[in-house]
Amino acid sequence: MHAFDYKSPEVLAEALQQLADSDGSAKPLAGGTDLIDQMRTGRHQPTLVIDIKKVAELNVLECAGDGLHVGAATPCYRICGDDNVQQDYTALADACNIIGGVQIQSRASVGGNLCNSGPAGDSIPAMIALRGICVIAGSAGTREVPVAEFCTGPGQNVLADNELLVEIRFPPRPTASGSHYRRMIPRNEMDIAVVGVGASVTLNEAGTTITDACIGLGAVGPTPLLAARAGECLVGQTVSDATLANAVEAAKEIISPITDMRGTQEYRVHVTGVLVRRVLETAISRATGDPCVVRPGH
Amino acid sequence: MSTAEKPSYKVIGTRPIRHDGVDKVTGRALYGADIKLSRMLYGATVRSPHAHAKIVRIDTSQAELMPGVRAVITSEDVPEQGDRVVELGEGAVNMRHLAANVMAREKVLYKGHVVAAVAADDVHTAEEACARIEVEYETLPPVLDLLKAMSADAPILNDDIRTESIGSAPSGSDQQTNVAKHFMFEKGDIKQGFADADIIVERTFDTAMVHQGYIEPHNATAHWNADDKITVWMSTQGTFSARQQTAELLLMPVSSVKVVPMEIGGGFGGKISVYLTPLAALLSKKTGRPVKILMSRTEVFEATGPTPGSHMRVKLGAKSDGTLVAGEAWIAFEAGAYTGSPIGAACMCVFACYDLPNGQVEGFDVCVNKPRTNAYRAPGSTHVAMATETLVDELCEKLKMDPTEFRIKNAAGEGTRRVDGPVYPRIGMVETVEAIRDSEHYKTTLDGKFCGRGVASGFWFNVGLKSSVSATVNSDGTVALVEGSTDIGGTRTSIAMQLAETLGIAAEDVNPVVVDTDSIGYTDITGGSRVTFSTGIAAINAAISIQEQMCQRAAILWETDAENVRYEEGHLVGPSDQRLSFRELAEKLRELGDAVVGYGTSGSETQGGAFGTHCVDVEIDPELGKVQILRYTIAQDAGTAIHPSYVEGQMQGGVVQGIGWALNEEYWYDEQGEMHNPTFLDYRIPTCYDVPMIDTIIVEVPDPQHPYGVRGVGEVPICPPPAAIANAIYDALGIRMTELPMAPHRVLAAYLGRNTDD
Repeated sequence: MHAFDYKSPEVLAEALQQLADSDGSAKPLAGGTDLIDQMRTGRHQPTLVIDIKKVAELNVLECAGDGLHVGAATPCYRICGDDNVQQDYTALADACNIIGGVQIQSRASVGGNLCNSGPAGDSIPAMIALRGICVIAGSAGTREVPVAEFCTGPGQNVLADNELLVEIRFPPRPTASGSHYRRMIPRNEMDIAVVGVGASVTLNEAGTTITDACIGLGAVGPTPLLAARAGECLVGQTVSDATLANAVEAAKEIISPITDMRGTQEYRVHVTGVLVRRVLETAISRATGDPCVVRPGH
Repeated sequence: MSTAEKPSYKVIGTRPIRHDGVDKVTGRALYGADIKLSRMLYGATVRSPHAHAKIVRIDTSQAELMPGVRAVITSEDVPEQGDRVVELGEGAVNMRHLAANVMAREKVLYKGHVVAAVAADDVHTAEEACARIEVEYETLPPVLDLLKAMSADAPILNDDIRTESIGSAPSGSDQQTNVAKHFMFEKGDIKQGFADADIIVERTFDTAMVHQGYIEPHNATAHWNADDKITVWMSTQGTFSARQQTAELLLMPVSSVKVVPMEIGGGFGGKISVYLTPLAALLSKKTGRPVKILMSRTEVFEATGPTPGSHMRVKLGAKSDGTLVAGEAWIAFEAGAYTGSPIGAACMCVFACYDLPNGQVEGFDVCVNKPRTNAYRAPGSTHVAMATETLVDELCEKLKMDPTEFRIKNAAGEGTRRVDGPVYPRIGMVETVEAIRDSEHYKTTLDGKFCGRGVASGFWFNVGLKSSVSATVNSDGTVALVEGSTDIGGTRTSIAMQLAETLGIAAEDVNPVVVDTDSIGYTDITGGSRVTFSTGIAAINAAISIQEQMCQRAAILWETDAENVRYEEGHLVGPSDQRLSFRELAEKLRELGDAVVGYGTSGSETQGGAFGTHCVDVEIDPELGKVQILRYTIAQDAGTAIHPSYVEGQMQGGVVQGIGWALNEEYWYDEQGEMHNPTFLDYRIPTCYDVPMIDTIIVEVPDPQHPYGVRGVGEVPICPPPAAIANAIYDALGIRMTELPMAPHRVLAAYLGRNTDD
């Protein structure tokens, strides 16, 4: 591993200044679960590592009238242990609960997961489904980008060299809404998604008709995907097998999976269909008040 | 369960706390990576990015200019071996190949093949220096497919290989080839056998290359002293084997090398061959300072000794009453870059569980551009068990016969001759099947829509080989036991227990230590399930010697002749009923003649063979193809279980590795021969969430060649799981899986494409 400088600013402005001064040779470090390994293998060779875990704005976890704010460096264990997240943003809790083991969850952040921009990042389809918005700060000010538009390719995203992801903001949850994230992995834990699916569903007061739906897909394209048409085709429909089958077909239309050591292209297409249906079923049950405890891996 | 009247033992069969337990659980045990020596340097290696290439040029000048770099070596620094074949413990080894595997000479034969090494003041400098070494390659077409590698027009890996014929195989030609060995074993009349059969089943099987997956990567620290004495600290399954390999590779006398064993974080056969040791020694020779090299996980996967992928066609014939009458097998193994896969063992194991009157087995050892394969827990036997035990299950299905009934009817027993020749002494194959048949698990009905149950058996030879121990009686009545068998599975304790049993003292009163090659007599590797058997015999012999010496010392005390003193259950008994305990006499030894030191050796004994039968229940998600193990029971003949907890541990550990091999583990190569999953993230060994508690049934059919009846237990438990799980999948879904691993995408594809009239 190359020698590098290390700084741990406590104020956002300071972190942004250090980033701006480094001309692209710096890397922000949150949990470090991806970055440290990538530095060890030589994939990234930053001359400066900026540890952002001490920056207050990046460690918020607040549920207020305007929705949920998750700081970019907030570790997974805080997110999946939070009552509000478990209750109203369940898909995010589901994802944070299956990223790595206890040690990883104590360090890793969803902001880091997003900035690493891996196609299989577990938290990203969940955040897409919950319509998360990335709040990005840079020398020129702040801008907002939907999570669904943040990643631009494997390991690539919209962040400029002098920009930092500050937080992910989620809109307030309507009543009679439920969400879920699950993935197919060959083992039951400690694995990377072969396919990951996040979905959020809102029902009418009677609990019979879908009034809103949003679906995120992972590991089936160069970036995590928003399955826009799959969500839209559910709106206004009554809950039925046929309704869900339409969403499954719409989701399959936008994916372009590859064959690799985690699964074949053909298998991923098939599993996308299975998981979209299962995840929607769970999200719908949760929207009706059933908590639907899911055993990881099953 | 016991199959015969069992002698009453005081120590054997109990479960004392292991002697090395406190150091291990408190983190104080010292492993190879813990070594720190004064003025020590750190080594790193340059490895080939190509699977098959000629080395055109290596320029080390930029690395040598770096501050902190102390030495750089390439194959020019590794002694030429010429055409030498040397016996190295687990078989004859072509030294030119062994040397070229340690450091590539003219060609690289797999990605990760070492081409140069650096010693520097710290590991980061060493790694940076490696990055500055320029290697120019002329790439060659990689040979990755087993069957293509065997064809006459395949690119040749090693220009010195000609097919060696073994058994009744026709003699090979003088053509260059990738087929290094051709085995043929025959018994009876194979044509007549199949002609007599009422039912014949035949299938083709493929299994992927898999790795042992030990947690601790390879390591070596070496110091080449000014007097040409070399000391090595390393994790190894055999100090004397490592000593000999290192000495032969360096063209030094064995006596000039001392190997100091560190604790081992897993071996399973993979820590017998040396990789880093000669490099560390040569870097030390150049610098005059100790040099330490550690492998990364990726280096372990890409460039140590996994077990081969295989292609097998096996055929079985039976009479309608369920009598097996004929078996035929054609087996090809990936040797990796150099010859030496366990194809011979596979050919001997393929029908070893059964009394087969007519058999023919043909096997091929085939070089491909993958790492040179090496031993992995019952090497070769798991592959062939997958084939044979699947076909046995198919026969049972067609005969409408219970799988345990069929196996009991056809089981090999005392006097059965294997297809490759040897005749079995007393063995416990039948008893393990009976134990499964009578188990709570097998008697319980399995319900559930996509659930299934499978049964399979397995065999492993187990070996004897040589061991030495010495044992000194301390004045407090304890015994210091010195041994050369490095401890992988709790053998310090299982050896100490046999010494304690023989002396009639407590296991806790024996203090076992594993020492270096200068400090104990010759001892073969910890492998072949041999240590509790063979080093155990050495310890028993040492204890018998101590008994005799203690009788002599008591005779001095009681002023009588030694033959008048008896040794009874840890006591010395004199002619006038004088009685002293072992400890009481030990306290008086200061005044009674010479020091009491027992030596014991073994080497002439061979083991009778180990058998196991497994039963597994699975549940499959038919939409995802994912297999969950619901329940698992293993019955295995341990002869006599010295420490039942460690026997159970070996059985459970073997099953877990077998489950990994069955369901998810594989080297995933691209067309250029690059392994895409050289990390534990994507090379999926089972986690604790993937296996249930493995229930164990220890069957005890004592091996008459060991004083207490011990049979080795370490290897055979890995053999049956893939076949047992494949049979359970068939029971659940009606599909015969013939390719390992039975990963979700393969199970799903087979299920969706199933032929309903099959």
